Amino acid sequence: MAVTLTVNGTTRQVDADPETPLLYVLRDHLELNGAKYGCGIGQCGACTVMVGNEAVLSCVTPVLLLEGRSITTVEGLGTLEKPGPLQQAFIEEQAAQCGYCIPGMMMRAQALLQADPAVDEAAIRAHLEPNLCRCGTHMRIIKAVMRAGELMRQKSQSGGAS
Amino acid sequence: MRVLKILAAFAILLVLGAGIFVAYAWRSAIDPVDPPAQTSFDRALVARGADLAAIGNCNVCHTAPGREPFGGGLGIQTPFGTIYSTNITPDPETGIGRWSEAAFIRSMREGVDREGRHLYPAFPYDHYTLVSDEDNRALYAFLMTRTAASSTPPENELPFPFNLRMLLAGWKALYFREGPFQPDPIRSEEWNRGNYLTEGLSHCGACHTPRNRLGAEKKDEYFAGAEVENWTVYPINGNSPAPVPWNADSLTFYLRHGWHEHHGASRGSMAPVTANLGSIPEADVKAIAVYVSDVMGRPSQERIARGEAASAAARKESEAPLTVRATSTGNRVGEAIFLSACQGCHDGRRPVPFGGLNLHLSSAVNASNAQNIINVTLFGLPAARGEPSAIMPAYRGVLNQDQLVSLLDYMRERFSDQPAWTDTRERVAATMNGEREVPIYRMDGTTQAPPETSMRTTSWP
Repeated sequence: MAVTLTVNGTTRQVDADPETPLLYVLRDHLELNGAKYGCGIGQCGACTVMVGNEAVLSCVTPVLLLEGRSITTVEGLGTLEKPGPLQQAFIEEQAAQCGYCIPGMMMRAQALLQADPAVDEAAIRAHLEPNLCRCGTHMRIIKAVMRAGELMRQKSQSGGAS
Repeated sequence: MRVLKILAAFAILLVLGAGIFVAYAWRSAIDPVDPPAQTSFDRALVARGADLAAIGNCNVCHTAPGREPFGGGLGIQTPFGTIYSTNITPDPETGIGRWSEAAFIRSMREGVDREGRHLYPAFPYDHYTLVSDEDNRALYAFLMTRTAASSTPPENELPFPFNLRMLLAGWKALYFREGPFQPDPIRSEEWNRGNYLTEGLSHCGACHTPRNRLGAEKKDEYFAGAEVENWTVYPINGNSPAPVPWNADSLTFYLRHGWHEHHGASRGSMAPVTANLGSIPEADVKAIAVYVSDVMGRPSQERIARGEAASAAARKESEAPLTVRATSTGNRVGEAIFLSACQGCHDGRRPVPFGGLNLHLSSAVNASNAQNIINVTLFGLPAARGEPSAIMPAYRGVLNQDQLVSLLDYMRERFSDQPAWTDTRERVAATMNGEREVPIYRMDGTTQAPPETSMRTTSWP
């Protein structure tokens, strides 16, 4: 069955069963390998992407729910040449060890910062709670998200001035 | 002339009646005392008070999200308005630091504060009145040795006439029967202990018994289930919706651990209760379970057979090869969502609580409405703090109303032999648009109110 999805601003047609989890479609059909398969049962957060403005666990989200919805993956936040604020901040803070959890962390953080780039550390900690990191990179991840919020605020200020 | 006389007589009667009522309602203040030194309390008494406070769930209402334990200020929504819990720390200015033991015991027994004002029955003194003087002394010792928090709760938001505390004397005349508890000599000691704890400190009926229009528990619908904080409270009498009938053993395990293999995990307003009961001696939990399972009654042969059929169906699914599709009910959308989003955890292949309950065993699917499944599906079950626990992802980011309704209809049809729910769409709409505000509790008893993450802090020393 053909499913129409809007991923990172582009409309894509995918031939998949309606109950296929979004994660499989992203990785296997669309070759967007940013979102990771961690546990497959929505308990670790490695597969987190955004649907609309909300962070969603793509491994337990069937594509049939996503017809006409706007999906953003970590690839949609920027490019190698022009990284987005979150990507930039994670590079600057070197907030990764093995890196497996990071795309999910970034997408959940993106949902938070998009709603309010001025959130404090307590809110970031609470919001990122569903995402696990086995390396123990949490302190750097939190720092990176704080910095990303700062970058976003700077950007919107300078954008307002121009 | 005659009309005037009648009017005058009527006015005199009215004034006289009001006077008599005021005299009836009036309670004297008990003199303030200097706050007793923390070291003046016997440590064993304080420790017993800690257990009793856990049984009474004092922390749950008397702690506001993110604030000091027992510092009060939590808004309790009632049909009459919002009542804010009081500060029951020993702070002399804003708490109960100047309450004598006698004043504390009177508040528990009669629902009157130190100053002599009638308390609203949001403070469940209709149950606490049963608590013995001895237990009240232990509770007093426990509370007076907590960290004092300087915190004044907001003013109650109650419209006239509910803001007149004196009227509560009338409420009490109608519905309040003063304790203490009287044991039933023909019952066992354990049953009596359970009755005392269940009806007294645990105040199970405060949620599990429906209330009348004046907010009093309907005694003739004892434990018949209700709706609290937009969570459905299941009947825990003969009408329990649990497919496998509860017994004293399974109830003891559930109340202590917050889950049971045949019943799933405790959540909603019950999560703080099981979190508290996990911290007290097992004998007291068992006594509660013995009493409550007695209220539920011995299950009929037909109920036992239903339970066995549900268990067998659950076992079959947990052992079936993964490729097998569910029997199609014709609800394609609901089925596809269930297979892809729910079944991975809820097929029963991994044991509860880290695996999801197979829904053939679910009370929620067999309940009188879909509210509890709506709540956990939209908002999930957040992880407990500092301990392993059941969790469930939240689906509010992807499901629209039609899809959620299809999913719920599918679950009811597939997993329950009860008739279809009739008000699912209204409930889904009201929950999704925030009209129904749903507090989300962690398994350790702290809350997470969606969408922000304010929590009720735990409070054990």
